[in-house]
Amino acid sequence: MSNEALSFTSPGAIALEAIGLSKRFGSFKALDDVSLKVPAGEFHALLGENGAGKSTLVKCLMGFHRADEGAVLLDGREVSVRNPREAQGLGLGMVYQHFTLVPSLTAAENLVIARRDAPAVIDWAAERRRIEAFLDRTPFRVPLDRRVGALSAGERQKLEILKLLYLDQRFMILDEPTSVLTPAEADEILGHLKAMTERGEITVLMITHKFREVQAFADAVTVLRRGRVVGGGRGLSTREMATMMVGEAAATAGASGKAALPERRAMPASVGEPALELAGLFAEDDDGRPALRGVSLKVAAGEIVGIAGVSGNGQGALVETCCGQRPLSSGQMFVNGRDFLPTRRAFDAAGLFVVPEEPLKNAAVAGMSVADNIVFRRFEKPPLSRRGWWLDRRAIRAAGRELMTRFRVASPSPDTPIGALSGGNVQRAVLARELSAEPIAVLIVANPCFGLDFASAAEIRARIVAARNAGAAVLLISEDLDEVLDLSDTVAVISHGQIAYKAPIAEVDRGTIGIHFAGGSEGEQGAPLG
Amino acid sequence: MEKGAVSGVEPGTGLTELLPQGGDRLRRAAEFVAVPAFALLVAAALFSAVLLGMGQSPLAFFELLWRGAFGSAFSWQNTLQRAAPLILTALCVALPARAGLMVIGGEGAFVVGGLAAAIAPLPFLGLAPAPVLLALMAAAGMLAGALWIGLVGVLRHRRGVNETISSLLLTYIAVAVLSFLVEGPLRDPATPNKPSTHPIGADVMLAPIPGTSVHWGLVAGIVACVLAHLLISRTSTGFAIRIAGGNPRTALGQGLPVGKLIVLCCLLAGGAAGLAGFFDVATVHGAANVSLVAGYGFTGILVSFLARHNALAIPPVAILFGGIGAAGGLIQRRLGLPDATVALLEGVIFVTLLTSETLYGRFALFQPRAARPRP
Repeated sequence: MSNEALSFTSPGAIALEAIGLSKRFGSFKALDDVSLKVPAGEFHALLGENGAGKSTLVKCLMGFHRADEGAVLLDGREVSVRNPREAQGLGLGMVYQHFTLVPSLTAAENLVIARRDAPAVIDWAAERRRIEAFLDRTPFRVPLDRRVGALSAGERQKLEILKLLYLDQRFMILDEPTSVLTPAEADEILGHLKAMTERGEITVLMITHKFREVQAFADAVTVLRRGRVVGGGRGLSTREMATMMVGEAAATAGASGKAALPERRAMPASVGEPALELAGLFAEDDDGRPALRGVSLKVAAGEIVGIAGVSGNGQGALVETCCGQRPLSSGQMFVNGRDFLPTRRAFDAAGLFVVPEEPLKNAAVAGMSVADNIVFRRFEKPPLSRRGWWLDRRAIRAAGRELMTRFRVASPSPDTPIGALSGGNVQRAVLARELSAEPIAVLIVANPCFGLDFASAAEIRARIVAARNAGAAVLLISEDLDEVLDLSDTVAVISHGQIAYKAPIAEVDRGTIGIHFAGGSEGEQGAPLG
Repeated sequence: MEKGAVSGVEPGTGLTELLPQGGDRLRRAAEFVAVPAFALLVAAALFSAVLLGMGQSPLAFFELLWRGAFGSAFSWQNTLQRAAPLILTALCVALPARAGLMVIGGEGAFVVGGLAAAIAPLPFLGLAPAPVLLALMAAAGMLAGALWIGLVGVLRHRRGVNETISSLLLTYIAVAVLSFLVEGPLRDPATPNKPSTHPIGADVMLAPIPGTSVHWGLVAGIVACVLAHLLISRTSTGFAIRIAGGNPRTALGQGLPVGKLIVLCCLLAGGAAGLAGFFDVATVHGAANVSLVAGYGFTGILVSFLARHNALAIPPVAILFGGIGAAGGLIQRRLGLPDATVALLEGVIFVTLLTSETLYGRFALFQPRAARPRP
């Protein structure tokens, strides 16, 4: 029984083929007829923007989701993977973006408890000998007796991979395995994996955003966009891959891209002084690691500055610091030339409004009514409160009802708890609150259309443009590059907590954005840029 | 019982058509009554099993419980007398709960409130009229309780100290301080058997409500609940508290002073429990001694949970628990069951109650109509 875990010596990379996979979530088509062929012993890279369907695809392969249509073949045999356990049994393993090790156990203990057949009483001496024998056959070196919590990110990632090898999983799916690693660590780990594929021991399917790694290690590439395979093959240049990722038509559109934008975005008569200025913002994430490393940015009245980037590069922290949900470790924020601190009075005085992402989590109270949620910005003011402290509940309901109509919030009544509404309606209610005031000097919007259907998204984007046309300085933070390019007057890319690139929309080149998008300065080194 | 009720009503008929507008609010209110009532029934069933195991008749037990709690004018007075401090200590849980804090240290605030109320008038005995001294005592009790739980709020806000743990541990400190003072510096030498502070004197003590043996703490508690309800649901400060308690991230994003709101709730909560301590001294003991440590603060936690931290629901629930306590003696005498039996019943109720939290939102009958797909 324990031999099963050690049968890694047997040769046998696994070949995988996906045929016509489709997957819908409600009205949203996450995967649309996706086919993918990874021969045994290949190092295959899966590229795509956020939301392109990469994660959905591998989750279907691993049995987290069931594809609505299509088939998966392993070594030419059709298999049905109903859950991750079955995937494990078939030799499919995955390294997730987040570590799955137990931090309080040692590396050796983590390996043993990962076994499906781990005995109730463990003979540690014997296990230890087996693990050491196993490690002798792999190129990875990890200190076995140190607690995982004390290991470096690189060592932990090696241990995640070792775990898959130890469990004899010879088709390895890696979801952005190097995002937490230094380039040197990444090269070491990917180099070892590459050598193992070349020896025919394993097959690798790697999700990544880093062209440099693709160029250095991948044999072949598949590019997804909007749930479809848009290209792939061998020996593609960085520019070709970037173009596939961000969209062929738009990338070549260049100057004509502006003409394709909605007519409503006529430029205002004059672009004014910076209404919003971020000066060297630094902030830490919840674990005390740097999340923002000196973000400086100016947004003029009547201008939309769109910040694109791969998720997790500081977008969340940027919005949080601007609206007071996360403290700044240093830096300053100015609104209309005056120092801005996120207090209730200052929000009001400055006319600053924020629509954060995931409104139910960040900008609403699920248990309070829709009407209550809609008046969060002004409940203590007349006419909603008499003399500033006694709520006029009738007026609050009336205000809620009026804005629900204006912003087409579909809710049974103003008294319904907002948590009972659909995501799109929660988003509308929050927009009703933040966009209905006059005048809006500064508007900060994050992923406003995430998870919404096409019509809702179009409506919400139109409202953002309308706010800009009325003179608001809009900072749009979005993981949807098309949204940024459609709406922005100025485009910026955030990478590793810094603004890596900034250009007026007319001068924006999608290829360049894609490269900054996909690896910042690191990408630049390996990219043949003009 | 719930299941039957649900299947008995066709979705989209009956209630819905009768109440096209206010139906959702009524439905939610009905849920807040039905779920705790169901939990109480389950608790009664579980406790019956325990009684059967002990060879006792559940029917006889609950009959005695009823008689001891609500069966006569005498038992009603006993019940109300016990309910009074529970109302105020329950507020000590309910107010911070609305701000998102789980404070369980009402016992400590009750003790320090009673202690402060007993000490404050001592220098002025005989120098000022009784009403003035009583006002001083009440103020001292509320202030001491407010500071005691206020400290919990400050620790939470400034240092991120878990308020549940800190308030619980502060309770032990409060009891230790009480013991130290009544057995040491403040001990009245005339109390050899039960160390106490100097008595405030019978002429200062607060007389019961005329014609009853129930003290004024009951009235104060009900008034406090009404005020707390108005604060939370009708004032802008209460609105801000609900935002902060419902989602602190949202509150911060709206520029609300979350820390101040937390500390405010804790001050008011402690003040309520301290006021209960004052009434215990001013109406029952006449001095501070270990009798203050009677568990009112802990039973108040149960009351607040059963009332779902809703101030207006606290008085009736407190009367229910006061009744259970009042019947304890009768049950002990008639059935020969140990004193702890009613505590066991309270514990079973608490567990079923906490478990019943998972039932909210599960029954279609109580959900807003449009939350389900329309044809």
